[in-house]
Amino acid sequence: MMEFINFYLMPGVVLGCIYALGAIGISLTFGILRFSNFAHGDTMTFGVYVTLSLVLLSGLHPLVVAPLAMAITALFAIGIDRAFYKPFRKSPTIMLVIASFGLMLMIRSAVQFFWGVQLQPMVKGIQKPVAWLDPLRLPPKHLLIIGGTVLLMIAVHLLLTRTRIGKAMRATSDSPELAKITGIDTEAVIRMTWIVGACLAVAAGVFLAIDTHVETLMGFKLLLPMFAAAILGGIGKPYGAVAGGLVIGIAEELSAYPWIGTTPLLNPGYKAGVAFAIMVAMLIWRPQGLFRGRQF
Amino acid sequence: MEAYYGYIIYGITLASMGGIYAVLTLGLNIQWGFTGLFNAGVAGFLAVGAYTQALLTTPVAARHIGGIELPIPLAMLIAMLLSAVVAYFVARICVRLRSDYLAIATIGIAEILRLGFKNELWATNGPRGVSQIPKAFEGIGESWDLPEILGAQKTWDQLGFLAMVLIIVFVIYILLERARTSPWGRVMTAIRENEEAASAVGKNVESFRVESFVIGAAIMGLGGALLAQYLKQIDPQVSDPLTATFLVWVMLIAGGSANNKGAILGAFLLWFVWSGTQILSGLLPNEIVVFGFEIGNLQVRSAYVRIFLIGLILQFILQRRPEGLLPEKRPGAQRKAT
Repeated sequence: MMEFINFYLMPGVVLGCIYALGAIGISLTFGILRFSNFAHGDTMTFGVYVTLSLVLLSGLHPLVVAPLAMAITALFAIGIDRAFYKPFRKSPTIMLVIASFGLMLMIRSAVQFFWGVQLQPMVKGIQKPVAWLDPLRLPPKHLLIIGGTVLLMIAVHLLLTRTRIGKAMRATSDSPELAKITGIDTEAVIRMTWIVGACLAVAAGVFLAIDTHVETLMGFKLLLPMFAAAILGGIGKPYGAVAGGLVIGIAEELSAYPWIGTTPLLNPGYKAGVAFAIMVAMLIWRPQGLFRGRQF
Repeated sequence: MEAYYGYIIYGITLASMGGIYAVLTLGLNIQWGFTGLFNAGVAGFLAVGAYTQALLTTPVAARHIGGIELPIPLAMLIAMLLSAVVAYFVARICVRLRSDYLAIATIGIAEILRLGFKNELWATNGPRGVSQIPKAFEGIGESWDLPEILGAQKTWDQLGFLAMVLIIVFVIYILLERARTSPWGRVMTAIRENEEAASAVGKNVESFRVESFVIGAAIMGLGGALLAQYLKQIDPQVSDPLTATFLVWVMLIAGGSANNKGAILGAFLLWFVWSGTQILSGLLPNEIVVFGFEIGNLQVRSAYVRIFLIGLILQFILQRRPEGLLPEKRPGAQRKAT
């Protein structure tokens, strides 16, 4: 039983936290700007590499320099919005999707150009599980990821429910026309969406890098599970995205558990397929998602 | 004359690859240009075609299934059929999704197919791939004892393959032009422009979209089969989303969606840019010193500049000339004499 929790369930929760943070950004962009942002994963990659550079320059822990990296990535995201998305505000959404499709590769190739493609560690050394949690074998980095995710979720919740701009974001997501009529500054809302999305993406990416390593394809590999999480939770529902992320993360890890006999139920090489299967099933049978998000 | 041999062979290979991309782009044109289906999984259908061709035509091999030395044209036909069958199942599930959902779904399917080609060692030899794929017109120079061109009989092999690719492009073009101006093509345009209206006049939108998706995928499968022959050996990298899906998309959008001539033009033009920049990056020194800073690995790095450049071309076209180089021409309405 402990083996199941330690080697399958907890890694699933950690992975789920990472997916959840990324999926919030996708869900918000989908809700407010009304398009699927294919470049989200690679914006995350950019943020992780900025963090890596700051770590190498300062010698501090990644989480200490992460806020600065978040700020840089947020500016980067706003700049991209100005240059590549703003011209299409009134065009059919498909133009935005194609533009983001192109940006996905542009950002990635820029990262590969400046930082190279070899794998790099974010933090060095192997961590022993925390002693006082025995028999739960949880290394400190996993505690950090779960704790950090909870804190960020609370911050997002407070932003969306307690602040003026957060309320404006929710209003725009529910009905852009109505929001505009009531005098909400749509451009400010869009800016804030990019800031929140970029910050959470960087957090997710840095967590993943702490858990594994830094590579230029990390963002793209997360893209599909993040979309799956956003769709599962219901598009435009940040809390749904969190639930969706956890479900997908846990499902991916549990798919490799030897449920029947002694061999893994699913070849671990196909883990990425689990997220996809869940997503397609949702799109067919419950396109509004678990939390009744917007339906297209 | 022999001094030019290298250049001429280079020209032939350039045109052959351009032609293969033209086939892929025409396939995407049916799906996106005609019907408005955002297929972001071109790589998947290309890989199905390429692997079918490879596994069926190679001489007996212990490391993967197949190896039954089927005749090349038959294998190409089967590659198209298999790609169409895969596309049919994908389409039945996904084709009614909204465009961005369809893009996500197809990108996912392409990734899963790639995982399959990589992980199923017994069938595909995994990451090491399949080699010794026969190429059409291989050895015709020698076996038919044709006169030497540019000092080699082998030139005939290359020319034969190029001719085959160009003829295939031409035939697909003719067929697609007829499809475009036919009632079928007009229904496709109607679905793209206004789905509700198309269904209000009694057209079964879903089955038309499935048809368009399947036909497009079959053509992509053919493109994959040609690519497998051209490369002579393939591995799961053939379904790299960058060189397969993305490049084909930029070709179609640059050339002009819904215009078959535009699709072909875009394919050749972008392929020339893509491989031309490869030559340029090969000319770069490997290290330069700027203000005392050594910048190394320039040749490796410049590969990423090329991708960036292609991305930039796409953004430029989207913003400045969204209809592409050759804009769509609607088939004219038959006017009544008044």
